[in-house]
Amino acid sequence: MFHSKIVVTLRKSILDPQGKAVQHGMHSLGYDGVTNVRMGKFVELEIDAANKEAAETITREVSEKLLANPVMEDFSFTTEEEAR
Amino acid sequence: MKLTFGIVVFPGSNCDHDAHYAVETILGQQARLIWHKEGSLGDVDVVILPGGFSYGDYLRCGAVARFSPVMKDVVRFAAGGGIVMGICNGFQILTEAGLLPGVLLRNRSLKFVCNQVHIRVENPQTRFTGLCQAGQVLEIPIAHGEGNYFAEPDTVKKLEDQGRVVFRYCDSRGVLSDEANPNGSIHNIAGIVSEGGNVLGMMPHPERASDPALGHTDGRKLFDSVVESFVPALA
Repeated sequence: MFHSKIVVTLRKSILDPQGKAVQHGMHSLGYDGVTNVRMGKFVELEIDAANKEAAETITREVSEKLLANPVMEDFSFTTEEEAR
Repeated sequence: MKLTFGIVVFPGSNCDHDAHYAVETILGQQARLIWHKEGSLGDVDVVILPGGFSYGDYLRCGAVARFSPVMKDVVRFAAGGGIVMGICNGFQILTEAGLLPGVLLRNRSLKFVCNQVHIRVENPQTRFTGLCQAGQVLEIPIAHGEGNYFAEPDTVKKLEDQGRVVFRYCDSRGVLSDEANPNGSIHNIAGIVSEGGNVLGMMPHPERASDPALGHTDGRKLFDSVVESFVPALA
């Protein structure tokens, strides 16, 4: 069994009003040095695959087809084998 | 002879019955609700993807609905030149399905905006605007949290050069301004059509502005235009 962790973020060229609002909240708390807050999504999943390469391929495919919209989002992921 | 409008119902659609009412009661055409699990649209002349919150807007608006079984037939129908109207969530589904370019981002204000807005008809020579005048201002309501249209500059330029931007947000006199832009859409874009001109996506709700009892009937012009566009074919 493999375990993938996927992070989906808005592409750098896209304004992130949610991140801006959260950054504003941090500044209100006094953390003036915090900048460039960007919000994203975190997805975890388990995959029954023959090997790590196959699990990575599946992770990449579901990310491209469903989890991220390439018009506005980028994604990155890590895949590890689960300890039995 | 009456046209048949197929209105696709996804789990979470909530403007399906409004669209059905507008088509049958106001327009006097036939309407049929089509459950999203149907493999086929059946014999329809026009497809409406209605507003709502398909699949709870989980992941991204429209991202899960585009994989509903019926969407394969919607793609086939559109590829054959069939008339498809995506309203609000329907617009979001069409972009996710790749039938229209771009994406609908979170509103600039981060707020759900439910309001009467004005939109200007940029192209009166489409299947959806044939009864409108160029520059005509329509008053139609919006109700969405993710209606901030975005596409890469090249894509926007192409849309504009090809006359595919059909509606833009404006003030009551038809002037485009940032104040009249309710969600931050790039170049005030409120509605676009596909390259073939047969697929429309728009955030405003024409079905909610079709019954005189509700105070506004500008939305009816779009549906009437669609019906009118079939007249040569019916004759």
